[in-house]
Amino acid sequence: MGVYQRRKFVDGVMRSWCILATLFAVIPLFSLLAYVLLKGVGGLNWSFFIELPKPVGELGGGIGNALLGSFVLLAIASIFGIPVGVFAGVYLSEFGANPFGKLVRFCADVMSGVPSILIGIFVYTLVVLPMRSPSAFAGGIALGILMLPTIIRTTEELIKLVPNSLREAGLALGMAKWRVILRVVLPAGMSGIATGVMLAIARAFGETAPLLFTAGSYPFWSVHLNKRISSLPVQIYEYAGSPYEEWHQQAWAAALVLVVMVLILNLAAKLLTSSRSHAR
Amino acid sequence: MITAKQMFQLRDTGGAVAISEEEAPLSKERILRSQGEEVGALGKMQVKDLRAWFGKTEIIKGVSLSVADKRVTAIIGPSGCGKSTFIRCLNRMHEVVPKAHVAGRVLLDGVDIYDRKIDPVKIRSRVGMVFQRPNPFPTMSIRENVLAGLKLNGVKVSRPDELVEQVLEQAALWGEVKDILNRSGASLSGGQQQRLCIARALALKPEILLMDEPCSALDPIATSRIEELIHSIGKVCTIVIVTHNMQQAARVSQYTAFFYMGELVEFNDTDILFTKPGNQRTEDYITGRFG
Repeated sequence: MGVYQRRKFVDGVMRSWCILATLFAVIPLFSLLAYVLLKGVGGLNWSFFIELPKPVGELGGGIGNALLGSFVLLAIASIFGIPVGVFAGVYLSEFGANPFGKLVRFCADVMSGVPSILIGIFVYTLVVLPMRSPSAFAGGIALGILMLPTIIRTTEELIKLVPNSLREAGLALGMAKWRVILRVVLPAGMSGIATGVMLAIARAFGETAPLLFTAGSYPFWSVHLNKRISSLPVQIYEYAGSPYEEWHQQAWAAALVLVVMVLILNLAAKLLTSSRSHAR
Repeated sequence: MITAKQMFQLRDTGGAVAISEEEAPLSKERILRSQGEEVGALGKMQVKDLRAWFGKTEIIKGVSLSVADKRVTAIIGPSGCGKSTFIRCLNRMHEVVPKAHVAGRVLLDGVDIYDRKIDPVKIRSRVGMVFQRPNPFPTMSIRENVLAGLKLNGVKVSRPDELVEQVLEQAALWGEVKDILNRSGASLSGGQQQRLCIARALALKPEILLMDEPCSALDPIATSRIEELIHSIGKVCTIVIVTHNMQQAARVSQYTAFFYMGELVEFNDTDILFTKPGNQRTEDYITGRFG
Protein backbone atom coordinates (compact mmCIF):
# COMPACT_ATOMS: atom_id res chain seq x y z
CA MET A 1 0.00 0.00 0.00
CA GLY A 2 1.46 3.33 -1.00
CA VAL A 3 1.69 6.36 1.25
CA TYR A 4 -1.25 7.97 -0.47
CA GLN A 5 -3.56 4.98 -0.02
CA ARG A 6 -2.56 4.66 3.59
CA ARG A 7 -3.43 8.27 4.28
CA LYS A 8 -6.77 7.82 2.59
CA PHE A 9 -7.43 4.74 4.66
CA VAL A 10 -6.55 6.46 7.96
CA ASP A 11 -8.73 9.40 6.96
CA GLY A 12 -11.65 7.03 6.32
CA VAL A 13 -11.22 5.23 9.63
CA MET A 14 -11.03 8.46 11.62
CA ARG A 15 -14.02 9.92 9.90
CA SER A 16 -16.13 6.80 10.53
CA TRP A 17 -15.07 6.84 14.15
CA CYS A 18 -16.16 10.46 14.56
CA ILE A 19 -19.52 9.75 12.94
CA LEU A 20 -20.04 6.69 15.16
CA ALA A 21 -19.17 8.62 18.29
CA THR A 22 -21.58 11.39 17.33
CA LEU A 23 -24.35 8.91 16.72
CA PHE A 24 -23.62 7.29 20.04
CA ALA A 25 -23.82 10.68 21.73
CA VAL A 26 -27.21 11.55 20.28
CA ILE A 27 -28.75 8.12 20.94
CA PRO A 28 -29.46 8.81 24.63
CA LEU A 29 -30.74 12.28 23.81
CA PHE A 30 -33.16 11.19 21.12
CA SER A 31 -34.24 8.02 22.87
CA LEU A 32 -34.92 10.05 26.00
CA LEU A 33 -37.09 12.51 24.12
CA ALA A 34 -38.83 9.71 22.23
CA TYR A 35 -39.38 7.66 25.35
CA VAL A 36 -40.77 10.57 27.35
CA LEU A 37 -43.04 11.45 24.46
CA LEU A 38 -44.21 7.85 24.04
CA LYS A 39 -44.85 7.23 27.72
CA GLY A 40 -46.13 10.66 28.61
CA VAL A 41 -48.43 11.59 25.78
CA GLY A 42 -51.06 9.03 26.87
CA GLY A 43 -51.48 10.75 30.23
CA LEU A 44 -52.06 14.19 28.76
CA ASN A 45 -55.51 15.71 28.73
CA TRP A 46 -56.98 19.02 29.70
CA SER A 47 -57.83 18.01 33.26
CA PHE A 48 -54.24 16.89 33.78
CA PHE A 49 -53.15 20.51 33.55
CA ILE A 50 -55.79 22.04 35.78
CA GLU A 51 -56.67 19.46 38.42
CA LEU A 52 -55.16 18.67 41.78
CA PRO A 53 -53.50 15.30 42.42
CA LYS A 54 -55.94 12.64 43.56
CA PRO A 55 -55.29 10.11 46.34
CA VAL A 56 -53.98 6.70 45.38
CA GLY A 57 -56.62 4.49 43.88
CA GLU A 58 -58.72 7.27 42.44
CA LEU A 59 -58.41 7.71 38.71
CA GLY A 60 -57.56 11.04 37.09
CA GLY A 61 -56.08 13.99 38.88
CA GLY A 62 -53.48 16.37 37.56
CA ILE A 63 -50.50 18.56 38.14
CA GLY A 64 -52.26 21.92 38.17
CA ASN A 65 -50.89 22.89 41.55
CA ALA A 66 -47.36 21.78 40.66
CA LEU A 67 -47.43 23.78 37.44
CA LEU A 68 -48.66 26.84 39.29
CA GLY A 69 -46.08 26.19 42.02
CA SER A 70 -43.28 26.06 39.48
CA PHE A 71 -44.31 29.44 38.08
CA VAL A 72 -44.60 30.95 41.56
CA LEU A 73 -41.12 29.68 42.42
CA LEU A 74 -39.71 31.02 39.17
CA ALA A 75 -41.36 34.38 39.78
CA ILE A 76 -39.74 34.63 43.22
CA ALA A 77 -36.43 33.47 41.79
CA SER A 78 -36.62 36.08 39.03
CA ILE A 79 -37.57 38.92 41.33
CA PHE A 80 -34.52 38.10 43.40
CA GLY A 81 -32.12 36.73 40.81
CA ILE A 82 -32.52 39.01 37.78
CA PRO A 83 -31.83 42.41 39.39
CA VAL A 84 -28.99 41.08 41.54
CA GLY A 85 -27.48 39.13 38.65
CA VAL A 86 -27.80 41.89 36.05
CA PHE A 87 -26.34 44.60 38.27
CA ALA A 88 -23.55 42.35 39.50
CA GLY A 89 -22.77 41.70 35.83
CA VAL A 90 -22.80 45.45 35.16
CA TYR A 91 -20.41 45.94 38.06
CA LEU A 92 -18.02 43.30 36.76
CA SER A 93 -18.06 44.77 33.26
CA GLU A 94 -17.87 48.48 34.12
CA PHE A 95 -15.93 48.55 37.38
CA GLY A 96 -14.60 45.01 37.78
CA ALA A 97 -11.02 45.52 36.58
CA ASN A 98 -9.65 45.04 40.09
CA PRO A 99 -8.81 42.12 42.43
CA PHE A 100 -12.29 42.16 43.92
CA GLY A 101 -13.84 41.91 40.47
CA LYS A 102 -11.57 39.00 39.63
CA LEU A 103 -12.61 37.26 42.83
CA VAL A 104 -16.31 37.74 42.10
CA ARG A 105 -15.84 36.47 38.55
CA PHE A 106 -14.03 33.40 39.85
CA CYS A 107 -16.75 32.76 42.46
CA ALA A 108 -19.45 33.04 39.82
CA ASP A 109 -17.66 30.49 37.67
CA VAL A 110 -17.26 28.12 40.59
CA MET A 111 -20.87 28.62 41.59
CA SER A 112 -22.13 27.62 38.16
CA GLY A 113 -20.36 24.28 38.65
CA VAL A 114 -21.51 23.63 42.21
CA PRO A 115 -23.98 20.70 42.51
CA SER A 116 -27.41 22.21 42.92
CA ILE A 117 -28.18 20.12 46.02
CA LEU A 118 -25.55 22.15 47.85
CA ILE A 119 -27.53 25.29 47.11
CA GLY A 120 -30.55 23.48 48.54
CA ILE A 121 -28.69 22.65 51.75
CA PHE A 122 -27.39 26.21 51.98
CA VAL A 123 -30.86 27.71 51.71
CA TYR A 124 -32.17 25.05 54.08
CA THR A 125 -29.84 26.20 56.87
CA LEU A 126 -30.22 29.88 56.03
CA VAL A 127 -33.97 30.20 55.38
CA VAL A 128 -35.84 26.98 56.12
CA LEU A 129 -34.46 26.38 59.62
CA PRO A 130 -35.23 29.91 60.90
CA MET A 131 -38.70 29.76 59.30
CA ARG A 132 -39.18 26.22 60.75
CA SER A 133 -40.74 24.95 57.53
CA PRO A 134 -40.03 24.62 53.85
CA SER A 135 -41.70 27.42 51.91
CA ALA A 136 -42.25 28.88 48.49
CA PHE A 137 -40.02 31.74 49.55
CA ALA A 138 -37.11 29.43 50.42
CA GLY A 139 -37.54 27.48 47.18
CA GLY A 140 -37.60 30.69 45.16
CA ILE A 141 -34.42 31.92 46.83
CA ALA A 142 -32.72 28.60 46.08
CA LEU A 143 -33.66 28.81 42.39
CA GLY A 144 -32.61 32.47 42.34
CA ILE A 145 -29.17 31.60 43.66
CA LEU A 146 -28.96 28.89 41.04
CA MET A 147 -29.71 31.43 38.31
CA LEU A 148 -27.21 34.01 39.54
CA PRO A 149 -23.95 32.78 37.98
CA THR A 150 -25.47 32.41 34.51
CA ILE A 151 -27.08 35.85 34.63
CA ILE A 152 -23.96 37.53 36.05
CA ARG A 153 -21.62 36.13 33.46
CA THR A 154 -23.85 36.59 30.39
CA THR A 155 -24.63 40.16 31.46
CA GLU A 156 -20.95 40.91 31.92
CA GLU A 157 -20.00 39.47 28.54
CA LEU A 158 -22.80 41.28 26.72
CA ILE A 159 -22.22 44.61 28.40
CA LYS A 160 -18.58 44.34 27.41
CA LEU A 161 -19.69 43.96 23.79
CA VAL A 162 -21.42 47.35 23.84
CA PRO A 163 -19.04 49.63 21.91
CA ASN A 164 -17.05 52.05 24.01
CA SER A 165 -17.95 54.86 21.63
CA LEU A 166 -21.50 54.79 23.01
CA ARG A 167 -20.24 55.22 26.56
CA GLU A 168 -18.08 58.13 25.41
CA ALA A 169 -21.00 59.67 23.53
CA GLY A 170 -23.02 59.60 26.74
CA LEU A 171 -20.23 60.98 28.90
CA ALA A 172 -19.51 63.74 26.39
CA LEU A 173 -23.14 64.83 26.66
CA GLY A 174 -22.54 65.58 30.30
CA MET A 175 -24.22 62.45 31.60
CA ALA A 176 -23.03 60.98 34.88
CA LYS A 177 -21.55 57.52 34.55
CA TRP A 178 -24.45 55.75 36.26
CA ARG A 179 -26.90 57.39 33.88
CA VAL A 180 -24.79 56.34 30.90
CA ILE A 181 -24.82 52.76 32.14
CA LEU A 182 -28.52 52.76 32.93
CA ARG A 183 -29.83 54.65 29.91
CA VAL A 184 -27.33 53.89 27.16
CA VAL A 185 -25.26 50.78 27.88
CA LEU A 186 -27.94 48.53 29.41
CA PRO A 187 -30.55 49.18 26.70
CA ALA A 188 -27.94 48.46 24.02
CA GLY A 189 -27.16 45.08 25.60
CA MET A 190 -30.71 44.31 26.64
CA SER A 191 -31.70 41.68 24.11
CA GLY A 192 -28.57 39.66 24.81
CA ILE A 193 -29.07 39.92 28.53
CA ALA A 194 -32.67 38.75 28.06
CA THR A 195 -31.32 35.68 26.28
CA GLY A 196 -29.05 34.88 29.22
CA VAL A 197 -31.90 35.38 31.67
CA MET A 198 -34.12 33.11 29.62
CA LEU A 199 -31.51 30.34 29.64
CA ALA A 200 -31.06 30.73 33.38
CA ILE A 201 -34.83 30.43 33.89
CA ALA A 202 -34.92 27.34 31.69
CA ARG A 203 -32.26 25.74 33.81
CA ALA A 204 -33.97 26.66 37.07
CA PHE A 205 -37.29 25.35 35.76
CA GLY A 206 -36.01 21.78 35.62
CA GLU A 207 -34.08 21.77 38.90
CA THR A 208 -35.27 19.30 41.54
CA ALA A 209 -32.48 19.01 44.05
CA PRO A 210 -32.51 22.55 45.48
CA LEU A 211 -36.29 22.37 45.92
CA LEU A 212 -36.50 19.02 47.73
CA PHE A 213 -36.03 20.39 51.19
CA THR A 214 -36.60 24.08 50.58
CA ALA A 215 -40.02 24.15 48.90
CA GLY A 216 -41.13 20.59 49.69
CA SER A 217 -44.43 19.55 48.19
CA TYR A 218 -48.05 20.30 48.89
CA PRO A 219 -50.96 18.51 47.25
CA PHE A 220 -53.26 21.54 47.16
CA TRP A 221 -53.43 24.91 45.42
CA SER A 222 -51.14 27.44 47.05
CA VAL A 223 -49.49 30.74 46.31
CA HIS A 224 -48.49 31.48 49.88
CA LEU A 225 -44.89 32.50 50.28
CA ASN A 226 -44.52 31.04 53.75
CA LYS A 227 -46.10 27.65 52.98
CA ARG A 228 -44.83 24.57 51.25
CA ILE A 229 -45.47 24.56 47.53
CA SER A 230 -45.41 21.90 44.84
CA SER A 231 -43.32 22.15 41.74
CA LEU A 232 -43.16 20.13 38.56
CA PRO A 233 -39.74 18.49 39.13
CA VAL A 234 -40.48 17.56 42.74
CA GLN A 235 -43.87 16.18 41.72
CA ILE A 236 -42.17 14.00 39.13
CA TYR A 237 -39.64 12.89 41.72
CA GLU A 238 -42.36 11.83 44.15
CA TYR A 239 -44.58 10.15 41.60
CA ALA A 240 -41.74 8.28 39.96
CA GLY A 241 -40.54 6.97 43.32
CA SER A 242 -43.99 5.75 44.33
CA PRO A 243 -45.09 2.11 44.00
CA TYR A 244 -48.32 2.98 42.13
CA GLU A 245 -48.76 2.35 38.44
CA GLU A 246 -51.09 5.32 37.80
CA TRP A 247 -48.65 7.69 39.53
CA HIS A 248 -45.89 6.43 37.25
CA GLN A 249 -48.06 7.35 34.30
CA GLN A 250 -48.58 10.81 35.79
CA ALA A 251 -44.84 11.20 36.29
CA TRP A 252 -44.22 10.47 32.61
CA ALA A 253 -46.82 12.97 31.52
CA ALA A 254 -45.43 15.60 33.88
CA ALA A 255 -41.92 14.90 32.58
CA LEU A 256 -43.15 15.52 29.04
CA VAL A 257 -44.65 18.84 30.13
CA LEU A 258 -41.36 19.78 31.77
CA VAL A 259 -39.29 18.91 28.71
CA VAL A 260 -41.60 20.88 26.43
CA MET A 261 -41.46 23.89 28.78
CA VAL A 262 -37.66 23.87 28.83
CA LEU A 263 -37.66 23.50 25.07
CA ILE A 264 -39.95 26.52 24.67
CA LEU A 265 -37.77 28.63 26.94
CA ASN A 266 -34.66 27.67 24.97
CA LEU A 267 -36.38 28.44 21.70
CA ALA A 268 -37.44 31.82 23.06
CA ALA A 269 -33.83 32.53 23.99
CA LYS A 270 -32.73 31.53 20.47
CA LEU A 271 -35.34 33.78 18.92
CA LEU A 272 -34.21 36.72 21.02
CA THR A 273 -30.63 36.18 19.88
CA SER A 274 -31.52 35.95 16.21
CA SER A 275 -33.75 39.04 16.31
CA ARG A 276 -30.76 40.88 17.75
CA SER A 277 -28.44 39.77 14.96
CA HIS A 278 -31.04 40.90 12.41
CA ALA A 279 -31.22 44.31 14.00
CA ARG A 280 -27.49 44.85 13.64
CA MET B 1 -11.11 87.33 7.05
CA ILE B 2 -7.91 89.32 7.15
CA THR B 3 -6.43 91.01 4.17
CA ALA B 4 -3.04 90.35 2.70
CA LYS B 5 -1.95 93.79 3.77
CA GLN B 6 -2.77 93.09 7.36
CA MET B 7 -1.05 89.77 7.04
CA PHE B 8 2.24 91.31 6.03
CA GLN B 9 1.86 94.00 8.62
CA LEU B 10 1.59 91.25 11.20
CA ARG B 11 4.63 89.48 9.90
CA ASP B 12 6.67 92.67 10.08
CA THR B 13 5.74 93.27 13.66
CA GLY B 14 6.94 89.76 14.42
CA GLY B 15 3.81 88.83 16.34
CA ALA B 16 2.98 85.94 14.13
CA VAL B 17 4.85 82.98 15.54
CA ALA B 18 4.37 81.23 18.83
CA ILE B 19 6.08 78.08 19.97
CA SER B 20 4.77 76.61 23.22
CA GLU B 21 4.90 79.92 24.98
CA GLU B 22 3.82 80.29 28.55
CA GLU B 23 1.25 82.92 27.60
CA ALA B 24 -1.42 82.49 25.00
CA PRO B 25 0.10 83.40 21.67
CA LEU B 26 -2.77 85.50 20.47
CA SER B 27 -1.70 88.87 21.75
CA LYS B 28 -4.41 91.40 22.32
CA GLU B 29 -3.32 94.13 20.00
CA ARG B 30 -2.63 91.77 17.16
CA ILE B 31 -6.13 90.42 17.22
CA LEU B 32 -7.57 93.86 17.64
CA ARG B 33 -5.70 95.02 14.64
CA SER B 34 -6.50 92.08 12.44
CA GLN B 35 -10.07 91.47 13.44
CA GLY B 36 -11.20 94.83 14.70
CA GLU B 37 -12.92 93.23 17.64
CA GLU B 38 -13.20 93.76 21.33
CA VAL B 39 -10.90 92.03 23.75
CA GLY B 40 -13.83 90.62 25.71
CA ALA B 41 -14.78 88.42 22.81
CA LEU B 42 -11.43 86.66 22.96
CA GLY B 43 -9.98 83.78 24.85
CA LYS B 44 -13.01 81.64 25.59
CA MET B 45 -10.63 79.00 26.79
CA GLN B 46 -7.01 79.26 27.86
CA VAL B 47 -4.82 76.20 28.04
CA LYS B 48 -1.76 76.59 30.24
CA ASP B 49 1.14 74.16 30.23
CA LEU B 50 -1.08 71.16 29.64
CA ARG B 51 0.49 67.73 30.00
CA ALA B 52 -1.28 64.41 29.50
CA TRP B 53 -0.21 60.83 30.00
CA PHE B 54 -1.35 57.30 29.24
CA GLY B 55 0.30 55.34 32.00
CA LYS B 56 3.90 56.49 31.94
CA THR B 57 3.89 57.69 28.34
CA GLU B 58 3.64 61.46 28.06
CA ILE B 59 1.40 62.26 25.12
CA ILE B 60 1.04 66.03 25.55
CA LYS B 61 4.22 67.71 26.65
CA GLY B 62 3.32 71.12 27.95
CA VAL B 63 1.01 72.95 25.57
CA SER B 64 -0.32 76.47 26.02
CA LEU B 65 -2.75 78.12 23.70
CA SER B 66 -5.85 80.23 23.68
CA VAL B 67 -9.14 79.36 22.01
CA ALA B 68 -10.88 82.41 20.58
CA ASP B 69 -14.57 82.90 21.26
CA LYS B 70 -17.01 82.18 18.43
CA ARG B 71 -14.22 81.22 16.08
CA VAL B 72 -13.06 77.94 14.62
CA THR B 73 -9.67 76.75 15.81
CA ALA B 74 -8.17 73.85 13.91
CA ILE B 75 -5.57 71.46 15.25
CA ILE B 76 -3.44 69.73 12.65
CA GLY B 77 -0.49 67.38 12.81
CA PRO B 78 0.64 63.91 11.82
CA SER B 79 -0.94 60.77 13.31
CA GLY B 80 0.04 60.12 16.89
CA CYS B 81 1.05 63.72 17.61
CA GLY B 82 -1.51 64.01 20.41
CA LYS B 83 -4.16 66.13 18.68
CA SER B 84 -7.04 63.93 19.80
CA THR B 85 -5.66 63.54 23.30
CA PHE B 86 -5.31 67.30 23.48
CA ILE B 87 -8.93 68.11 22.72
CA ARG B 88 -10.10 65.28 24.96
CA CYS B 89 -8.36 67.17 27.76
CA LEU B 90 -10.51 70.23 27.03
CA ASN B 91 -13.72 68.61 28.28
CA ARG B 92 -12.15 66.15 30.70
CA MET B 93 -12.77 63.15 28.48
CA HIS B 94 -9.11 62.11 28.59
CA GLU B 95 -9.41 60.93 32.16
CA VAL B 96 -12.22 58.45 31.46
CA VAL B 97 -9.66 56.13 29.88
CA PRO B 98 -8.03 53.87 32.51
CA LYS B 99 -4.52 54.96 33.56
CA ALA B 100 -4.83 58.33 31.81
CA HIS B 101 -4.05 61.51 33.70
CA VAL B 102 -3.61 65.21 33.11
CA ALA B 103 -1.59 68.09 34.57
CA GLY B 104 -1.74 71.79 33.85
CA ARG B 105 -4.60 74.21 33.66
CA VAL B 106 -7.49 74.71 31.27
CA LEU B 107 -9.40 77.90 31.95
CA LEU B 108 -12.96 78.10 30.70
CA ASP B 109 -14.10 81.71 31.10
CA GLY B 110 -11.24 82.10 33.55
CA VAL B 111 -12.17 79.10 35.74
CA ASP B 112 -9.87 76.07 35.80
CA ILE B 113 -11.88 73.03 34.71
CA TYR B 114 -9.36 70.81 36.50
CA ASP B 115 -10.05 72.49 39.82
CA ARG B 116 -10.93 69.95 42.52
CA LYS B 117 -14.28 71.59 43.10
CA ILE B 118 -15.33 71.28 39.48
CA ASP B 119 -17.52 68.34 38.47
CA PRO B 120 -16.32 66.97 35.11
CA VAL B 121 -19.90 66.06 34.27
CA LYS B 122 -20.88 69.75 34.34
CA ILE B 123 -17.93 70.70 32.16
CA ARG B 124 -18.95 68.17 29.54
CA SER B 125 -22.38 69.70 29.16
CA ARG B 126 -20.76 73.11 28.56
CA VAL B 127 -18.06 71.77 26.26
CA GLY B 128 -19.64 69.36 23.79
CA MET B 129 -17.85 66.80 21.67
CA VAL B 130 -18.29 65.13 18.30
CA PHE B 131 -16.28 62.00 17.69
CA GLN B 132 -14.39 60.53 14.78
CA ARG B 133 -16.94 57.80 14.15
CA PRO B 134 -20.61 58.76 14.25
CA ASN B 135 -22.02 57.26 17.43
CA PRO B 136 -25.78 57.86 17.66
CA PHE B 137 -27.50 55.82 20.35
CA PRO B 138 -28.78 52.76 18.43
CA THR B 139 -31.65 52.04 20.79
CA MET B 140 -33.11 55.52 20.40
CA SER B 141 -35.02 57.24 17.62
CA ILE B 142 -33.65 60.29 15.82
CA ARG B 143 -35.76 62.55 17.99
CA GLU B 144 -34.68 60.79 21.19
CA ASN B 145 -31.06 61.05 20.11
CA VAL B 146 -31.34 64.82 19.75
CA LEU B 147 -32.95 65.14 23.17
CA ALA B 148 -30.74 62.52 24.83
CA GLY B 149 -28.32 64.96 26.45
CA LEU B 150 -31.19 66.78 28.12
CA LYS B 151 -33.71 64.04 28.85
CA LEU B 152 -31.25 61.46 30.12
CA ASN B 153 -29.87 64.11 32.45
CA GLY B 154 -33.32 64.65 33.87
CA VAL B 155 -33.73 68.13 32.36
CA LYS B 156 -37.31 68.99 31.56
CA VAL B 157 -37.59 70.36 28.04
CA SER B 158 -40.42 72.85 27.78
CA ARG B 159 -40.97 72.65 24.01
CA PRO B 160 -39.13 69.54 22.83
CA ASP B 161 -40.52 69.59 19.28
CA GLU B 162 -39.32 73.13 18.70
CA LEU B 163 -35.90 72.32 20.08
CA VAL B 164 -35.60 69.20 17.93
CA GLU B 165 -36.51 71.17 14.81
CA GLN B 166 -34.24 74.05 15.70
CA VAL B 167 -31.08 72.01 16.33
CA LEU B 168 -31.69 69.63 13.43
CA GLU B 169 -32.12 72.73 11.26
CA GLN B 170 -28.87 74.08 12.67
CA ALA B 171 -27.19 70.76 11.86
CA ALA B 172 -28.60 70.91 8.30
CA LEU B 173 -30.43 67.64 8.82
CA TRP B 174 -34.03 68.72 9.37
CA GLY B 175 -35.10 68.50 5.74
CA GLU B 176 -33.88 64.93 5.43
CA VAL B 177 -35.33 63.54 8.65
CA LYS B 178 -38.40 65.62 9.47
CA ASP B 179 -40.72 62.80 8.39
CA ILE B 180 -38.78 59.95 10.00
CA LEU B 181 -38.07 61.37 13.45
CA ASN B 182 -39.19 58.16 15.11
CA ARG B 183 -36.89 55.94 13.12
CA SER B 184 -33.74 54.59 14.74
CA GLY B 185 -30.72 56.87 14.61
CA ALA B 186 -28.71 53.92 13.35
CA SER B 187 -30.82 53.74 10.17
CA LEU B 188 -29.29 56.94 8.75
CA SER B 189 -26.26 57.10 6.45
CA GLY B 190 -22.83 57.79 7.95
CA GLY B 191 -22.89 61.49 7.06
CA GLN B 192 -26.41 61.91 8.39
CA GLN B 193 -25.46 60.07 11.58
CA GLN B 194 -22.58 62.47 12.09
CA ARG B 195 -24.87 65.48 11.60
CA LEU B 196 -27.26 63.86 14.07
CA CYS B 197 -24.40 63.64 16.55
CA ILE B 198 -23.66 67.32 15.96
CA ALA B 199 -27.33 68.14 16.55
CA ARG B 200 -27.28 66.03 19.71
CA ALA B 201 -24.32 68.04 20.98
CA LEU B 202 -25.88 71.38 19.94
CA ALA B 203 -29.10 70.59 21.81
CA LEU B 204 -27.23 71.22 25.04
CA LYS B 205 -26.31 74.72 23.80
CA PRO B 206 -22.62 74.13 24.44
CA GLU B 207 -20.29 77.09 24.78
CA ILE B 208 -17.56 75.17 22.98
CA LEU B 209 -17.88 72.31 20.53
CA LEU B 210 -14.91 69.96 20.20
CA MET B 211 -14.72 67.93 17.01
CA ASP B 212 -12.33 65.01 16.79
CA GLU B 213 -11.74 64.35 13.08
CA PRO B 214 -15.48 64.50 12.43
CA CYS B 215 -15.14 63.75 8.72
CA SER B 216 -12.52 61.03 8.65
CA ALA B 217 -15.12 58.26 8.41
CA LEU B 218 -17.16 60.06 5.75
CA ASP B 219 -17.18 60.33 1.97
CA PRO B 220 -16.30 63.65 0.23
CA ILE B 221 -19.89 64.81 -0.21
CA ALA B 222 -20.79 64.16 3.40
CA THR B 223 -17.52 65.84 4.36
CA SER B 224 -18.31 69.02 2.47
CA ARG B 225 -21.72 69.20 4.13
CA ILE B 226 -20.14 68.89 7.57
CA GLU B 227 -17.63 71.58 6.63
CA GLU B 228 -20.41 73.96 5.63
CA LEU B 229 -22.01 73.16 8.94
CA ILE B 230 -18.84 73.97 10.87
CA HIS B 231 -18.72 77.25 9.02
CA SER B 232 -22.23 78.25 10.05
CA ILE B 233 -22.07 76.95 13.62
CA GLY B 234 -18.66 78.54 14.10
CA LYS B 235 -20.28 81.95 13.97
CA VAL B 236 -22.38 81.31 17.07
CA CYS B 237 -20.37 78.71 18.94
CA THR B 238 -16.68 78.29 19.66
CA ILE B 239 -15.30 75.29 17.77
CA VAL B 240 -12.08 73.38 18.15
CA ILE B 241 -11.62 70.84 15.39
CA VAL B 242 -8.94 68.20 15.06
CA THR B 243 -8.18 67.17 11.51
CA HIS B 244 -5.41 65.40 9.67
CA ASN B 245 -6.65 67.05 6.51
CA MET B 246 -4.80 70.35 6.04
CA GLN B 247 -7.10 71.57 3.28
CA GLN B 248 -9.98 71.09 5.66
CA ALA B 249 -8.25 73.12 8.35
CA ALA B 250 -7.59 75.88 5.81
CA ARG B 251 -11.21 75.85 4.65
CA VAL B 252 -13.04 75.90 7.95
CA SER B 253 -10.86 77.56 10.57
CA GLN B 254 -9.72 81.05 11.49
CA TYR B 255 -6.86 79.82 13.67
CA THR B 256 -4.69 76.78 13.28
CA ALA B 257 -2.36 75.01 15.68
CA PHE B 258 0.26 72.61 14.42
CA PHE B 259 1.11 69.77 16.79
CA TYR B 260 4.10 67.52 16.48
CA MET B 261 5.20 64.79 18.89
CA GLY B 262 2.99 66.10 21.66
CA GLU B 263 4.19 69.67 21.39
CA LEU B 264 2.60 72.77 19.97
CA VAL B 265 4.97 73.81 17.20
CA GLU B 266 3.09 76.76 15.83
CA PHE B 267 -0.18 78.53 16.43
CA ASN B 268 -1.43 81.33 14.28
CA ASP B 269 -4.10 82.75 12.03
CA THR B 270 -4.94 80.02 9.57
CA ASP B 271 -4.04 82.19 6.58
CA ILE B 272 -0.64 83.00 7.97
CA LEU B 273 0.17 79.49 9.10
CA PHE B 274 -0.52 78.08 5.67
CA THR B 275 1.02 80.85 3.61
CA LYS B 276 3.90 81.96 5.78
CA PRO B 277 4.68 79.28 8.33
CA GLY B 278 7.10 80.55 10.91
CA ASN B 279 8.67 77.20 11.67
CA GLN B 280 10.60 74.80 9.47
CA ARG B 281 8.69 71.76 10.75
CA THR B 282 5.36 73.41 10.03
CA GLU B 283 6.51 74.22 6.56
CA ASP B 284 7.74 70.68 5.98
CA TYR B 285 4.43 69.28 7.17
CA ILE B 286 2.11 71.55 5.23
CA THR B 287 4.12 71.13 2.06
CA GLY B 288 3.83 67.37 2.45
CA ARG B 289 7.45 66.54 3.20
CA PHE B 290 6.40 64.33 6.12
CA GLY B 291 3.30 63.31 8.01
